[in-house]
Amino acid sequence: MKKAVQINVNGTTRETEVEPRLLLVHYLRDVLGLTGTHVGCETSLCGACTVTVDGQAVKSCTMFAVQADGSNITTIEGLAHDGELHPVQEGFWERHGLQCGYCTPGMIMAAAQLLERNHAPTREEIRHGLEGNLCRCTGYQHIVEAVEYASKAVNREP
Amino acid sequence: MIPAQFDYAAPATLDEALSLLAERPDDAKILAGGHSLIPAMKLRLAQPALLIDIGRVKDLSYIREEGGQIRIGAMTTHYQLESSERLREICPLLPECAASIGDVQVRNKGTIGGSLAHADPAADWPAAIISLRAELVAVSSRGERVIAADDFFVDMLTTALRPDEVLREIRINAPGGRTGQAYMKVHHPASGFAVVGVAVSLTLGADGKCSAAGVGITGVATKAYRAAQVEGALVGSTPDEQTTASAASHAADGVDANGDIYASADYRRHLAVVYARRAIAEAVAKIK
Repeated sequence: MKKAVQINVNGTTRETEVEPRLLLVHYLRDVLGLTGTHVGCETSLCGACTVTVDGQAVKSCTMFAVQADGSNITTIEGLAHDGELHPVQEGFWERHGLQCGYCTPGMIMAAAQLLERNHAPTREEIRHGLEGNLCRCTGYQHIVEAVEYASKAVNREP
Repeated sequence: MIPAQFDYAAPATLDEALSLLAERPDDAKILAGGHSLIPAMKLRLAQPALLIDIGRVKDLSYIREEGGQIRIGAMTTHYQLESSERLREICPLLPECAASIGDVQVRNKGTIGGSLAHADPAADWPAAIISLRAELVAVSSRGERVIAADDFFVDMLTTALRPDEVLREIRINAPGGRTGQAYMKVHHPASGFAVVGVAVSLTLGADGKCSAAGVGITGVATKAYRAAQVEGALVGSTPDEQTTASAASHAADGVDANGDIYASADYRRHLAVVYARRAIAEAVAKIK
C-alpha cells in the first residue's frame, strides 16, 4: 500500500504517495526528476548517490523514501545558492576534480559534509573523509586538491 | 536491486512497535538505521512482509552514565559514538571501534543496535561488546530482560533475541583504574568489514600486573567470540612483549574459522593471533 510522504527537497516541500519499497535515490530521480544524484553500485559502497538528510550525508540507495518523511534533503541541485557555486563545487571546477563526472555529485556532497565537520582538513583527513566515495578516473589526487581549495575558500569567507 | 513488496509502519512509541511485532513475529522485521537490513532486502535475502521502522521512536538514541554504567540507546548512530568526547575519556574503545566501521555515510545512518541485532560475522561492534562484557537489554510486550554479551551472539546472523523482542539498550560497566583499550582490524579492502577484528580492554593493578582483561574477536568464525584463553593468560601476568605474544598465540584456539576467496581459514587464524598481539600491546601502551 502506498504511503503519503512530505519531504522538503532543496527548500521545496513535496507531497507524494510512494510505495514503501521505493528507495530514496529512485524517489529523487524518478519521482522528482532530480537526476543529479547518481545510481552507482546500488550496494552502499560507491557513494555516487550521496545526499544529505537533515544535514547528514547518507547513501540514498540504502534508505527508503518513507524513512525520509518529514525530513529536509539537499541534493547536488540544491547546493549552489543564487547562482553562486558552493565552495566545494568551485573547488572541483578550479582544480579539475573530475574526469567522467559520474562520481562527482556524491563526491561533492560528501566533501561538503567533511568541511562542515572539519574546516581545515589535512590531505589525509580529506582522503579518510571521502572513503565512502569511489572514483575510477582521477586517482583522487585532483579531488583532494579540489577539497583543499574549497577549505581555503571557506576559511577566506568572513 | 528492488526489494520485494512490504507493508510499512513507523510507530511513534516503542510500545506501539512492540505490539505490532507481537502480532506478526514471524514475518515482521524491525528497521533501525537500515544499513544491514536494506542491503539484504535489495538482494531479496530478506523479504519481511512488514517493516516496523523505529526511527521515529523518541528516546532510543542516547549515551548516558547511570549507576556506574554507560548506557547506549540502540538507535545511537556509529557517528554519534565516534564523535562522543565523553566516551573518548571514559571508554575510548567505543569511539575507536565506531570510527573503523564502513565510511562516513554509513556511520551517519547505521546504528549500534541494528548492527548488533543483525549479528554479521564480520561486523565490528560484537568484538567490542564482548570484550567490554556488555549487557544487552531486550524488550517485548511481555517485558524486559538483560542478555549478557557472551550469550547474545548465537550463530551467523542469529542472536538470542526472540522474534517479538527488540534490542533497546546496551549497558557497559565503565572501566575503572589503569585501563587501556584498543580495537585493531584488518579491513576488507572493498567492503570495509573486518576480515579479522580484535577488541581489547585491559586493566593493570597497583603491582603492574594485569587484574582484568577482555578480548573479543570478530571476523574469524560464524560469530564473534571471547578469547577466554588469551584473557586467562593475561590476568595475573605482567603484560610485557613476551607474555603478550604468548597470550595472543591462543587467540584462535579451538575456533572453527571461516574461509572464503579473500582469506582462508588458516590465514584468518593467523591474523587473529597477530592482531590480538598488536591490540594487547596497543592497549597496554595507552595505559597512563
